[in-house]
Amino acid sequence: MKWEIVIGLEVHTQLSTNTKIFSGASTAFGAEPNTQADAVSIALPGVLPVLNKGAVERAIKFGLAVGAHIAPRSVFARKNYFYPDLPKGYQISQMDLPVVGKGALTIQVEPLSGNAKPYEKVVRITRAHLEEDAGKSVHGAAQSMTGIDLNRAGTPLLEIVSEPDMSSAAEAVSYAKTLHSLVRWIGICDGNMQEGSFRCDVNVSVRRPGESLGTRREIKNLNSFKFMQQAIDYEVQWQIDTIENGGKVQQATILFNPDTGETRSMRSKEDAHDYRYFPDPDLLPLDISPAMIEAVHATMPELPIAKQARYTDEFGLSAYDASSLTSSREMAEFFDAGVAMVGAANAKLCANWLIGEVSAQLNRDGLDIAQCPISAAQFGAMLARIADGTISNSGAKEVFRALWSEGGDADAIIEAKGLKQVSDSGAIEKIVDEVMAANADKVAEYRSGKDKLFGFFVGAAMKASQGKANPAQLNEVLKKKLAG
Amino acid sequence: MLNHSLQQQGDALRAKKISSVELTQLYLDRIATHNPVLNAFVTVESAKSLAQAKAADAQLAAGSAQALTGIPIAQKDIFCAQGWRTTCGSKMLDNFISPYDAHVITQFNNAGAVNLGKTNMDEFAMGSSNETSYFGPVRNPWDIKAVPGGSSGGAAAAVAARLCAAATGTDTGGSIRQPAALCGVTGIKPTYGTVSRYGMIAFASSLDQAGPMARSAEDCALMLNVMTGHDPRDSTSLVRDKEDYTRELNKPLAGLRIGLPREFFAEGLSQDVGQCVQAAVAEYQKLGATVVEISLPNAKLAVPVYYVLAPAEASSNLSRFDGVRYGYRAPDYTDLTDMYEKTRAQGFGEEVKRRIMIGTYVLSHGYYDAYYLQAQKIRRLIAQDFTEAFKKCDVIMGPTSPSTAFNLGEKGDDPVQMYLSDIYTIAVNLAGLPGMSIPCGTGANAMPVGLQIIGDYFKEAQMLNVAHQYQLATDWHSRAPQGL
Repeated sequence: MKWEIVIGLEVHTQLSTNTKIFSGASTAFGAEPNTQADAVSIALPGVLPVLNKGAVERAIKFGLAVGAHIAPRSVFARKNYFYPDLPKGYQISQMDLPVVGKGALTIQVEPLSGNAKPYEKVVRITRAHLEEDAGKSVHGAAQSMTGIDLNRAGTPLLEIVSEPDMSSAAEAVSYAKTLHSLVRWIGICDGNMQEGSFRCDVNVSVRRPGESLGTRREIKNLNSFKFMQQAIDYEVQWQIDTIENGGKVQQATILFNPDTGETRSMRSKEDAHDYRYFPDPDLLPLDISPAMIEAVHATMPELPIAKQARYTDEFGLSAYDASSLTSSREMAEFFDAGVAMVGAANAKLCANWLIGEVSAQLNRDGLDIAQCPISAAQFGAMLARIADGTISNSGAKEVFRALWSEGGDADAIIEAKGLKQVSDSGAIEKIVDEVMAANADKVAEYRSGKDKLFGFFVGAAMKASQGKANPAQLNEVLKKKLAG
Repeated sequence: MLNHSLQQQGDALRAKKISSVELTQLYLDRIATHNPVLNAFVTVESAKSLAQAKAADAQLAAGSAQALTGIPIAQKDIFCAQGWRTTCGSKMLDNFISPYDAHVITQFNNAGAVNLGKTNMDEFAMGSSNETSYFGPVRNPWDIKAVPGGSSGGAAAAVAARLCAAATGTDTGGSIRQPAALCGVTGIKPTYGTVSRYGMIAFASSLDQAGPMARSAEDCALMLNVMTGHDPRDSTSLVRDKEDYTRELNKPLAGLRIGLPREFFAEGLSQDVGQCVQAAVAEYQKLGATVVEISLPNAKLAVPVYYVLAPAEASSNLSRFDGVRYGYRAPDYTDLTDMYEKTRAQGFGEEVKRRIMIGTYVLSHGYYDAYYLQAQKIRRLIAQDFTEAFKKCDVIMGPTSPSTAFNLGEKGDDPVQMYLSDIYTIAVNLAGLPGMSIPCGTGANAMPVGLQIIGDYFKEAQMLNVAHQYQLATDWHSRAPQGL
């Protein structure tokens, strides 16, 4: 390999508190500009910040979910810079002592190209810290003017910083997707990327194998996984081309333009701010007791990683299937409900249907599992009829389509459409006998060694049964009778 | 009535010997007469004050009056008061009408007191002579050629000249005690965290503390009863039971141990001030106190440490004054950066800009460890000195300021000489301790001299007792300037 790619991510997740991190103003998205900007949000003279405990609890939840150290004492610091949508002239953040320390996230990497197999990787989390969001500058709000909307100012963020452990766009995207799913799973962030609830900064550098780390450039504010992949691919190629053409990569902050698919420099290292961090004297150090951690721990759902282990160990599912089923909490709950109805012995059947037919249909209709028109109960009832042999897999697909478009009950659909398969061995033997009699020549050919004809007999017999014969039983009877 | 204590004024109001409207009008008339020379008030709004007085009279009539109901109090113009122009002594806020009340203002409103007007102050409380105010210097009622001290110079002058019953001040490095000393009034800065900073425009958040300025310790105790108490809107506000600061006023002083720091009576102290302080200590011995020499070895570092930490915090606290949302904005500018630069260059005075520059410098990358962190370490050493000292004594006494009031313009060109005016008061803020100043004589030029009393944490009631017993035995506190 000629070049190694080194990628680390900083992800800003908006925490799902009702009020801001340092005031009681609402955090709801989409309100009229500045209607959710209270005295603290607009930084009137004399106002003071008071920490929202809900934001702290969400940070602890995240720390527990990635097995991280929760700091017994962390400190809020001021990051000083001037910008019109930063009303105080500083952002309250955490610098030296973040609330969440080192942790790790296991990801399933789905390679983006070729026929490489999915594989597992552990990405180390460096830290996660609490901070407040800035407001928004609305350029062109009035003629040649910029409007300032401070509704978002003070919204709580958890900035999650990874180690530079990712070595491809695929790994970076897998990490981001896993993290996105995790923060929604534990209920600390709504994950709405269009509304900016989950924003990624990607640090990219390249080096030749064995060399020390190359100079990185930071792609800011990516809010879609597709753009992330495009931006990384473009940036990696740009850096390689630059070096191979005798140039040097300069440290810079860059932006990705989805319209052109290119990255461009926003500011170089020379223009970097000196943020003059210092502990915020308006806020006491954040002390977190073991009791508080324990209280948060008690509210934690079973985590995806634990569910995955259970799915592989108890149900014999592949790591990839287990990972797919835990891509969201809603998906896992749907699966769990299905398994509860059909039993652990049929967990694989349930998994196949969810990852296959159900996911495909959801994709086609642009829905996610939470919006699935078929309930877990309807789905489980259908699976139960596959499991007990009442319907064949192809019959089940018809039931599924009916459930999807018209709703109703699997048993009623089976009855109405006459999908019940024939499992009466006498009836199947009779059909097989008729088919063999009608195709005596082919029977002779088969018996003389033309094994391939077996499929012909299956098809003919199935047709004769109007598709209702139990396929397994039919195969068995055919094999026995053709053998003579 | 003008020389009556707050208790006596309150008694007269409750006995209907005078109405609050009459008392308020009496002071408003005096302000109209004397303020053109003294410049103690920046804003007077008779209609607002009289409306409050009328409401107080209704309470008095209804028999629901509290200790300060109907009493006209002058508010330092650092406290945001709803509907009142709140300037903090700066051009930057010349046009700022506060839409909300500071906690201190709310407390006085709830107590039924009358807001008599907003007192002049050094710009953003940065100064020791009141000469940095955008609204012109305040003159010392004892000699109009002399400064009143600062930054609460307007408050001190107003109390001394009987332009109000009592006043509020704030003290970051001596801003209550030094002007109290120079104007011959009594002022107390309580333990850090005792009075909420909510709505008090921040200078240096970890040092700022509000307190009363009045004609006696007894009056200060009644004022503190109103001003103190936990406020959840200030994270540094201490959760403590409400105290009655008058409860110990009448305790005899027999057995009181007074510590005299050797460093407070060394080079730099003018002879006349030293003599008055020694005479006061002798008076205390007559009252039964004993004297012990103590040492505050790090006190000499207080001024340099303060001029690192206070400007560091100020440089960040004053970033919000950027011309974007409220306050002054330069009339002509080309772009955003130009708007910032011109607004702040024109809106802030020289001393404020000097401190923003110092603060920005000491927080800069590469200097932070050498200045800010080092200063924080010394701050802890200074606090430890006091802890050691209070093992040997109950209160510490010494001069409040090294000299009596100097003349206007005398130290204007030499900031360091000006800074040394607070050499005995600053260490108290760095340690977060309570400190007060009471009149204890007159110097060579017949100007007042202040005795500083420093107590251990939360010992305000004891300090007020110590001050009150002295004021029962002497009459320095009840002397008034001639010709007013």
